[in-house]
Amino acid sequence: MTAMIEINNAQKSFVMHLQGGIELPVVRGVSFHVEPGECVVLAGPSGAGKSSILKMIFGNYRCDSGRIGIRHQGTQIDLAKAEPRQILSVRRATIGYVSQFLRAVPRVATIDVVAEPLIANGVSRVEAREKSGQLLRRLNIPERLWALPPSTFSGGEQQRVNIARGFISDLPILLLDEPTASLDAANRAVVVELVDSKKRQGVAMVAIVHDDEIRHLIADRIVDVTSFAAAA
Amino acid sequence: MAETKMAETGNGDSDQPLLTAEGLGKSYGHLMACRDVSFALYPGEVLAIVGESGSGKSTLLQLLSAQLTPSAGSVSYRMRDGVMRDLAALGEAERRFLFRTDWGYVHQDPAMGLRMAVSAGANVGERLMAVGWNHYGRIRDTASSWLERVEIDTGRIDDAPRTYSGGMRQRLQIARNLVTEPRLVFMDEPTGGLDVSVQARLLDLMRNLVSELGLAAIVVTHDLAVARLLSHRVMVMKGGRVIETGLTDQVLDDPCEPYTQLLVSSILPA
Repeated sequence: MTAMIEINNAQKSFVMHLQGGIELPVVRGVSFHVEPGECVVLAGPSGAGKSSILKMIFGNYRCDSGRIGIRHQGTQIDLAKAEPRQILSVRRATIGYVSQFLRAVPRVATIDVVAEPLIANGVSRVEAREKSGQLLRRLNIPERLWALPPSTFSGGEQQRVNIARGFISDLPILLLDEPTASLDAANRAVVVELVDSKKRQGVAMVAIVHDDEIRHLIADRIVDVTSFAAAA
Repeated sequence: MAETKMAETGNGDSDQPLLTAEGLGKSYGHLMACRDVSFALYPGEVLAIVGESGSGKSTLLQLLSAQLTPSAGSVSYRMRDGVMRDLAALGEAERRFLFRTDWGYVHQDPAMGLRMAVSAGANVGERLMAVGWNHYGRIRDTASSWLERVEIDTGRIDDAPRTYSGGMRQRLQIARNLVTEPRLVFMDEPTGGLDVSVQARLLDLMRNLVSELGLAAIVVTHDLAVARLLSHRVMVMKGGRVIETGLTDQVLDDPCEPYTQLLVSSILPA
């Protein structure tokens, strides 16, 4: 078994206690796997549960039942049942996540926001900042902005900072939630190149991409999420 | 790729807990301020205890830090020799060691944790003298480097904290606590009395110090944003009980209990 991600029959619903306890089914019967060096794109209309599936793989959303197998440090760990400490360890060493929106500590400089995941993994501050600068330059964030916190940046600039932060580590799994949504053509092309080089390094990726052209360029396989629709 | 990662097990993955609570409770006559709390805290882990006023979170912090005697259950702590000891059974010398060296306690009101009339340098140096430092020059150098670390102008080292602003006092209190390199720090609403702009700066500072020093911390806060920024794990308290617990982002983004859903949905958007 070589799959980096192996999901079997995962199910998720929300119970809204403030709305009279109504149950909102999100997905059920989610089953797919991702091999090293492969980019699987989740397809389906808005509300089909694509982002929820990514969040379940990251351990951000709980899983009601089923199994989310992640290859972590040579063994397979079931994130649906893992302890918080195990999930943190998986996030440090195995799974990176580029969320739709940047959530950063106020007042921290952009270059440090991007460098942080490396420093958390024991890379020296100098080396981490250097790598951070290279990625920011590649994503066309002008050097005069690096010392500023990203909160004042435009939507597209914030997204590129977020991408740099997600791509800076050498983690074997990467989850991408709409990484190109608010980028111009030049920057979309950079993201496609970054995804390609991660593939060559053997990174397993799961992505959500609405842009047909980008999807074509990065997807090795498409998983249609509508088949997991839980709404009866 | 996974194979190359195998060698480097994360340094925060220590498998032995630093502190454990079992069936912990405190009652005042009929009133149960806190009941049946059990958990384990590991080295380098930051745990937030959240809940509204009266939920029992401050009582719990006092029980965990041996400032209150429990009515039920026990708290154990791994001493530096690796042996787990029941806090209630510690001798006076061991308790003193914990309070002066191995633990820090950051109060919401810095005046509670500082001596307001003596200089900042003496406030930091005092903890060092309590553990046997006696070389004046070394104490002053260490105090001064800690002031720098918490972003206080070292030109103010001889001024008393009563001349400091609220944010500076809180940073000084943190320096005083961390100078002895404790393994565990308790924090009671550490950003509670501060302006929002000062809060952000302090949070960033605390976050960096905690991760650089590999500290374990237990932070009581009613502010979910503070819990999100600082903690790995969170316990939600209501009516003296822990009603929900888990990874911080999981509890805040996917809350299960009605009360947690209410807390999360009550945050005002900025």
